[in-house]
Amino acid sequence: SGCGEDLLKAALVIQNWYRGYSARLKARQRYALTIFQSIEYADEQGQLQLSNFFSFMLENYTQIHKKDPELLARLFGSTLQDYKDRQDYVSHIDVPDSYHGPRLQFPLTFTDIDLLVEAFKQQQILHAHYVLEVLFETKKVLKQMPNFTHVKTSPSKELTICGKFQSRAAKLIFRSNGLPSGSNTYIFNGDFVDRGKHSIEILMILFVSFLVYPNDLHLNRGNHEDFMMNLRYGFTKEILHKYKIHGKKILQILEDVYTWLPIGTIIDSEILVIHGGISESTDLNLLHRIERNKMKSVLMSPIPLNEDHNNDLKKNKINTTIIPREVKTNGSLSEQLTKHEWEQVIDILWSDPRGKRGCYPNTSRGGGCYFGPDITSKVLNKYQLKMLIRSHECKPEGYEICHDGKVVTVFSASNYYEEGSNRGAYIKLCSGMNLRFFQYQVTKATCLRPLYQRVNTIESSAIRILKERMISRKTDLIHAFQLQDRSKSGKLPMGQWAFSMENVLGLNLPWRSLSPHLVTTDKSGNINYMSSFEDIHIQKPLKSGWSDGAQSTLIETLYRYRSDLQIIFNIIDSDHSGLISMEEFRAMWKLFNSHYSIHIDDFQIDDLAERMDLNKDGSIDFNEFLKAFYVVHKLDNVNKSDSKLA
Amino acid sequence: LVEQRDSRGTELVVAEFHKKIKDAFEVFDHEANNTVDVREIRTIIRSLGCCPSEGELHDLIVEIEEEEPTGYIRFEKFLPVMTKVLLEKRYRPIPEDILLRSFEVLDPSKRGFLTKEELIKYMTEEGEPFSQEEMEEMLSAAIDPESNSIRYKDYIAMMVVDDG
Repeated sequence: SGCGEDLLKAALVIQNWYRGYSARLKARQRYALTIFQSIEYADEQGQLQLSNFFSFMLENYTQIHKKDPELLARLFGSTLQDYKDRQDYVSHIDVPDSYHGPRLQFPLTFTDIDLLVEAFKQQQILHAHYVLEVLFETKKVLKQMPNFTHVKTSPSKELTICGKFQSRAAKLIFRSNGLPSGSNTYIFNGDFVDRGKHSIEILMILFVSFLVYPNDLHLNRGNHEDFMMNLRYGFTKEILHKYKIHGKKILQILEDVYTWLPIGTIIDSEILVIHGGISESTDLNLLHRIERNKMKSVLMSPIPLNEDHNNDLKKNKINTTIIPREVKTNGSLSEQLTKHEWEQVIDILWSDPRGKRGCYPNTSRGGGCYFGPDITSKVLNKYQLKMLIRSHECKPEGYEICHDGKVVTVFSASNYYEEGSNRGAYIKLCSGMNLRFFQYQVTKATCLRPLYQRVNTIESSAIRILKERMISRKTDLIHAFQLQDRSKSGKLPMGQWAFSMENVLGLNLPWRSLSPHLVTTDKSGNINYMSSFEDIHIQKPLKSGWSDGAQSTLIETLYRYRSDLQIIFNIIDSDHSGLISMEEFRAMWKLFNSHYSIHIDDFQIDDLAERMDLNKDGSIDFNEFLKAFYVVHKLDNVNKSDSKLA
Repeated sequence: LVEQRDSRGTELVVAEFHKKIKDAFEVFDHEANNTVDVREIRTIIRSLGCCPSEGELHDLIVEIEEEEPTGYIRFEKFLPVMTKVLLEKRYRPIPEDILLRSFEVLDPSKRGFLTKEELIKYMTEEGEPFSQEEMEEMLSAAIDPESNSIRYKDYIAMMVVDDG
């Protein structure tokens, strides 16, 4: 064998090895993304199922009827309690001389947009006075807009479409594609507020730009433009943190502004741009007509108008319970959409396209449906449309085309789950249907890290949140494992372990491939199922002197439901004081306990209430309390888990 | 994986392989319609622990593709072919020592490293050449920034740990 042949063989070996390695990296990246996505959707489903609890609560929490009619009004979306007229309210808020942030001038002009963008770069916070003015003004203008904005492209005017617009990508997009203006039209396809830390700043830039160029900037409502979603996903917290005095007011007005956001945009009478998707029953004519502002929140399904509400209790697309008729609300029934109208809007905001033909309930999110290519064709043809552009789902490349080119997903938040998890993209469109896709990935580093490092980052982040999921269901998991482990060996074959994991956690994940990260295996390939729980535990609140054993179930329950509890408490706490009374807590917890079938004794609840009243004054600061429950990963250097989905 | 001699044992092995293959396939099946893009199938096959050469991969794909290639691979066709590959333990990965010796062949004067230009030359001109993207990707991790060369022993050690 000559020298050349050796070289050839050597090169082949290296190339072969590298390709295998690279493929495994890419697969790991994909697995991590799948984990993030599954957990996100499971959370959304948990969110939607909260509505069951609210109905249940109302049926049983009789004190509310009498003592707190406001709470009812809040929950059932009747007109907000009177807030003072804008002149009154805003004019009472002074902007002190010491304020060095941006000062907007009404009527707004493009200089105000520049001012805000500059301020945003300098990390300045816009004064509440201006925030409120902008919100009032935005609501006023939005009210005049129809449910669907009809837009025409022209050869000279390009249109840019973004979906899930978050702060870091925002900087990049505005820098490379320019700010919105008369000659630079934008459509923002929902979800402007979400897990970023600068949602209010982005929102202000968008609203101010909208007020300056109302015909060239189009905002479509997304499923996160919903005050209930904001409670869970942190936007509420962001506002209350940045605006300590006027935050509550801002939140109130914002709730209202959301409901006035248009449902969608139609470009050149050919392209439908909406946030989620469609269903087989999507009726665009109906959607053009409804009073969209009556759609308060996805969690508040309408009270039935008719006599036999029993019919409505049949399985509908989403797991929401219809509130019994006996409940009186402040608002009249005409304050709501009909059930049919409400479902139509949910479909638009929550549905996802899939390859399978037909229309099915969207079981991973719990709302809207999965729609197939046949549904797309049918609905598009019915209204003489050629394409659907939507957002709502994170895609590794920032965009995806499916259903034979008829459905396009555009997702602008790069690194959505974690640094390196996905690219972002936006679409540019001009006359005719030439769509151009622009992809990017925002990174903290000045140059891109090697692939294996990026994959390691997202993989460990994903595994981390998955393990936190596991520990929050520890009792149920162990129970399921032990049921199958008759000989009490502490081991299970892979297939049985995977089955239990999927069943208990309700996550459709490739458990076999993930198992090396989650458990240890013995020489015969059997899983040591308890090994998952060895390096991780839930930290008990330090102050309260919790003992081990009996309290561990309670702690696990509190950890598992902490997001739900936070939302429920926030709802009860209608004046956003952060405090609820012991009485309210006890009553609410008892209901929660029985509705979610948690086995916690009465005396434990009382004990819990005592512990939560940290300064013994009869009131509970629930945010503080819930913050104290977090997961400790023993092998970490850092104590607190700062995973983004926690 | 454990070698089972009885037929029921083989059934179990096959069942586990099926699940493993399904998991890997689904993760790339964006539309959840049991098909994947043919370009992703190479990644899927390799992610299952197999290391076919480009040529071997090409032959495999011909087996899995439709009579009239559509650009998509269906799961129903993929599963039996891939199961056989796993059962027969085809395309086993390359042992670390052979990998090291291959680098050494490219470095006959035994310097302990390859220059960037040398690696590019061998990888893009010999064997089953890399695309530009593959080359850039390999370089980003392999290059030691101080010497601007590839210290292959260190590189292999790093990759092997990471690969699990």
